[in-house]
Amino acid sequence: MGGDHACPKCGTQNPADAAYCNLCQEPFAHKGVSSFAGAPKGTNGAAAPALRHVPMLPFNEAAASNVRMSRLLFFLLLVAFLGLGGVIGKTYGSLELGLSLTLILYAILASTAYFSGSSIVLSIHDAREADSKEHPQLLNVVEEMKIAAGLPMPKVYVMDAQGMNAFAAGRKPEEAAIAVTTGLLSRLSREELQGVIAHEMAHVKSRDTLYNVNAAVLVGAIALLSDLFLRDTFFFRGRGRSGGGGGGRGNVAFLLLGIVFALLAPLAARLLQMSISRQREYHADAAGAEFTRNPLGLASALEKISREGAEVPGENRGTQHLFIVNPLRTFTADSSALMSTHPPTELRIQRLRAMAGEGGKACRER
Amino acid sequence: MYWIPAIVAVAVVAWFVGTYNRLVRLRNQIQNAWHQIEVQLKRRHDLIPNLVEVVKDYMSYEQETLTRVIEARGTAVSAKGAAAQAKAENALTESLKSLFAVAENYPDLKANQSVASLQEELTGTENKISFARQYYNDSVMTYNNTIQSIPSNVIASVFDFRPSEYFAAGEEDKAVPKADLR
Repeated sequence: MGGDHACPKCGTQNPADAAYCNLCQEPFAHKGVSSFAGAPKGTNGAAAPALRHVPMLPFNEAAASNVRMSRLLFFLLLVAFLGLGGVIGKTYGSLELGLSLTLILYAILASTAYFSGSSIVLSIHDAREADSKEHPQLLNVVEEMKIAAGLPMPKVYVMDAQGMNAFAAGRKPEEAAIAVTTGLLSRLSREELQGVIAHEMAHVKSRDTLYNVNAAVLVGAIALLSDLFLRDTFFFRGRGRSGGGGGGRGNVAFLLLGIVFALLAPLAARLLQMSISRQREYHADAAGAEFTRNPLGLASALEKISREGAEVPGENRGTQHLFIVNPLRTFTADSSALMSTHPPTELRIQRLRAMAGEGGKACRER
Repeated sequence: MYWIPAIVAVAVVAWFVGTYNRLVRLRNQIQNAWHQIEVQLKRRHDLIPNLVEVVKDYMSYEQETLTRVIEARGTAVSAKGAAAQAKAENALTESLKSLFAVAENYPDLKANQSVASLQEELTGTENKISFARQYYNDSVMTYNNTIQSIPSNVIASVFDFRPSEYFAAGEEDKAVPKADLR
């Protein structure tokens, strides 16, 4: 935030070299240089990324859309699997075998992701169930927020880690789980912790957790599989040559296609996963503020987290989008929007401040 | 051309059933929310004697504050009716606040482990009460909006769905904008 450049229009603090107000897009004529995406240093660059309006869906609509998105995800993955299996099968000579093998693989993967996705994610991150003697405040705060959200009590987990982070999982609110790191517990005030838990509770209530966990497990698995395939391809090619038979030049086209497919599949899956979770973060921030009626608690928690680090045990690319702040990358306003799992933390903080009526009134009226 | 009135009839019945069920669901949600408040109020009533017991040795000079808490609890436990109950509970909240404010002056007291955990329990319970109240009032607003707006008000009046009452906010909550929305 280190802002020392107040917007003349809405009073928001901006970085000293900003060319446009981060919040209301008011240009600061000739006062600075843009530090936003794509603008070369030293030019009066492109406009700041627009603060697009985040539609506030009622929770039941958000939940329905998450159920739809999850179905679509499973369907698209089935198509991708069959396509991949077909190409691989054809490369190695038997289309039917390739298709049926990938179908079986898909069935195993999809049911694992759907039925035990949450416990997989929890165990990847070494989460243990919170004890009422050891963490009475955490359990109290979670209960407060489940009351505010009108939900059943979720299971509460703790991860032993210095980094400050939290995530929620579970197919539906009745099976929800919320996990936080010990670093988060020791360094946040009660009010800030409340903001974080409210954010997670909003994810649970809008069933973002269903989609996010499914995406985590499936995307993780598909990346693993195509890694395997790529290695196998080179392995088989080497063996085929020394054996002197089979394969031949006709298969090279399929082989190339297979490699391209294997490279593109996880990339596409990841892009899908990322473009969706950014909107959800803004939505959960706003919905969480509705539970606590105190957007500043979360704003101050996010500030602390981005200052002190968000590492968690077992962090990996498959689950990064689950967390309240991405444990692998820090997002600044420059981060390329398409490849981010989260919106820039400073923009999230500014939006929350604007909700509380701090330095954002003029903008909200527009 | 028999099918046009048939489709209209089916649509009307479907809307009728859907709206009725929604009203029932909202009314039950209010009851459940009210129950949540009562659970937390009960919990607070149970915690206060423990707190007073632990605290009184340290705070011999603050008998007045302690007596006020005990009296406020007594009034709240015996209060009958939503309005009287709300008033008594708000008075209890105020007396607890002044107790915790006074406790700040007693370092020994703050260092006491069982006081600290009791204070956390009471803070948690206070928050749960106010969040339960917030959820209750939000639910009442949704329900009242539904039974008073066209066209669902038709079904509401036929089946005698009456508007619910809000849980009145204490003095300290008057500034919260949500309370003015009715």
